[in-house]
Amino acid sequence: MTSVGTSKISGQAKELKFRDPAQARALSARLAGLCDEIGRESVQVMHVCGSHEQAIARYGLRAVLPKTLDLIMGPGCPVCVTDMPEVDEAVVLAVDGALIATYGDMVRVPGTAKSLADAASEGARVEVVYSASQAVELARSCEAEVVFFATGFETTAVATAAIVLQDDLPPNFSILSAHKYVPPAMEIVARIPETRVEGFLAAGHAATITGWGLFEDFVDRYGLPVVVAGFEPLDILAGLVRLVELIRDGQAKVENMYPRCVTREGNTVAQDQMWRVFRTASGMWRGIADIPNGNLRLREEFAHLDARARFDIDTRRLRAHVPSKLTERCICGTIMSGLALPTDCELFGKECDPENPVGACMVSSEGTCKIWHQYGGHPEL
Amino acid sequence: MSDRVGEKYGVLGERVTLKHGAGGRAMRMLIEDKLAAGFAPLADGEIGLAAMDDGAAFRLGDGWLVVTTDSHVIHPVFFPGGDIGRLAVAGTVNDLAVMGATDVLGLTSAMVIEEGFPQSDLERIQRSMQETCQEAGVTIVTGDTKVMGKGELDGIIINTTGVGLAESIVSDSGLNPGDRIVLTGPIGEHGIALMAARRGLGLEGDLRSDVAPINDLIRTARGAADGSIVAMKDPTRGGLASALTEMAEKSGVGIVIDEASVPVTDVVRAAAEILGLDPFHIANEGKAVIGVRPNAADAVLTALRSNPQGKDAAIVGTCIDEHRGRLILDTGFGRRLVSEPEGEPLPRIC
Repeated sequence: MTSVGTSKISGQAKELKFRDPAQARALSARLAGLCDEIGRESVQVMHVCGSHEQAIARYGLRAVLPKTLDLIMGPGCPVCVTDMPEVDEAVVLAVDGALIATYGDMVRVPGTAKSLADAASEGARVEVVYSASQAVELARSCEAEVVFFATGFETTAVATAAIVLQDDLPPNFSILSAHKYVPPAMEIVARIPETRVEGFLAAGHAATITGWGLFEDFVDRYGLPVVVAGFEPLDILAGLVRLVELIRDGQAKVENMYPRCVTREGNTVAQDQMWRVFRTASGMWRGIADIPNGNLRLREEFAHLDARARFDIDTRRLRAHVPSKLTERCICGTIMSGLALPTDCELFGKECDPENPVGACMVSSEGTCKIWHQYGGHPEL
Repeated sequence: MSDRVGEKYGVLGERVTLKHGAGGRAMRMLIEDKLAAGFAPLADGEIGLAAMDDGAAFRLGDGWLVVTTDSHVIHPVFFPGGDIGRLAVAGTVNDLAVMGATDVLGLTSAMVIEEGFPQSDLERIQRSMQETCQEAGVTIVTGDTKVMGKGELDGIIINTTGVGLAESIVSDSGLNPGDRIVLTGPIGEHGIALMAARRGLGLEGDLRSDVAPINDLIRTARGAADGSIVAMKDPTRGGLASALTEMAEKSGVGIVIDEASVPVTDVVRAAAEILGLDPFHIANEGKAVIGVRPNAADAVLTALRSNPQGKDAAIVGTCIDEHRGRLILDTGFGRRLVSEPEGEPLPRIC
């Protein structure tokens, strides 16, 4: 885009050199060559990050991928995998008078009976925040019990952890953690019998925290290559080139294609804080499966900040509500497991659209269905 | 720092929700299906309610009388780059201008004020309206004032109606395959400046609304190639995406936009990336998109750039016969569809 005007942040925007269409075409040609060398009808790789899908769709990258490369999105949208009972807990707290502070994309996610937005329209207090620290500010500025409905993967979990470890938190502040931990979900996908996934593109921002070394164990156990990639168009294409090279060579190893941010060890300070505050717990990822150790819950010593310990959250009264028939036809889980495309769903773009979402994948800007609805999926343009 | 999230997500079934005012598809459906239905049409060739254009146009002698009206509500009332008074004048002047009525006969101003509203703020708004009128070469010719009880509205609402004359009018539905799309300047400044002000984002950089009357700029463009300008629109709520989609639908063409040629200031682009928003969805209050016959596009561009308000104008796209009613973005990497925003844009989790 044309550059006009100047400012302090503009300098940083100009530094972005990872959006050069000429280099993208070269990488795209390299990918096509590699797929030809492999010579099979289809090579299937999975990325596990909504931000990757956003960038792929935003820049129209699928249009330049070889037809034989099947790039699918796995369970990489934290909003989408937040389970209905977790949304129910937030809804009950809101209905009972707590002020729920949460990220923008959570408010419309359907729970069993209603979403937070539904609750808000009936008088409950729900506020959108950008960060855990804004939720704390909110608590300081009012009398009400403020519950931060904390969602997201490692990337946002560390931010929540940093808040929990602060000294002077207001007494009316607590946390309802629906944070998720990605590595166990990758294992589940790798173990799905129908899966044809031959390699993973791992999320660069999560790896910035966890370090790429975290994936070595996974690679050893499942014999599938993992490439850590960033989020600019060239990051993604270069990551795919390396991943397909590894597949061609039959090499199962971890490669870091995002070295400007990711190290083998990761951000050890953030990791320490995260594990001081959270423990893993097993639980459902919406529509996918019960993921052993896939949830992050506050440790016992932080019970005073844990909304689940502090309040009696009785979600049974919501369960009496029968979910709509449409919900039964939603295939979000199959899509997030990489076994179906949004266009395979009979509801997609008809009964289910961003204005009236049936499944969570149509709500979040990181949900595959929402992204495909917004950008057209695989358009022949 | 945070937003009340009440009805704005459109969860209330048969009730009006805030998304119905966000400038996107929901708003257009509500107006088409409910509000604009059942009124007698104007004479053939005249532009009335059914056209859903920026205003109405009546034949008057050899020329046209153009009328438009707009109610202005904005929070905060004073924002970086402008205020509700400047918005109320510029918004109506611009709606007339993009219909072709760059010479404005007069504006009306009707204010509804909340009890307790500071008189000093009212004076500041009044001065701003005067200044903006001078810039646009217009004046306010009649008005109305109401005061409502505390809590019955949020501060102040200003309605302005504008009446202008045009030798010929320009609709928003006149695009043909091959026509070029000209944008008069960088997009997204108004919406991003407001979002930053509302949420106290503390972003560095000069985020200012672009709110300004652009009738002089449009006059310049038309002077360069009058008969060749076939469609115009101001990309306000819903941003460039909504304006171009509406023009494509009404004209029965597809529009391909070359992303690299769309002017966006670095500061807006950076802020939009931080917030996870698309500048194509963000409101503008001092820009126009102009559909031009291919052979006149360069002349219009040169004329626009000769005017300080149009110095960053650019040819950004082309109309095609395929994909009618759709807006397609060529990102330089590949092509994709551009959708209209659904309700108010909200920032993402990460």
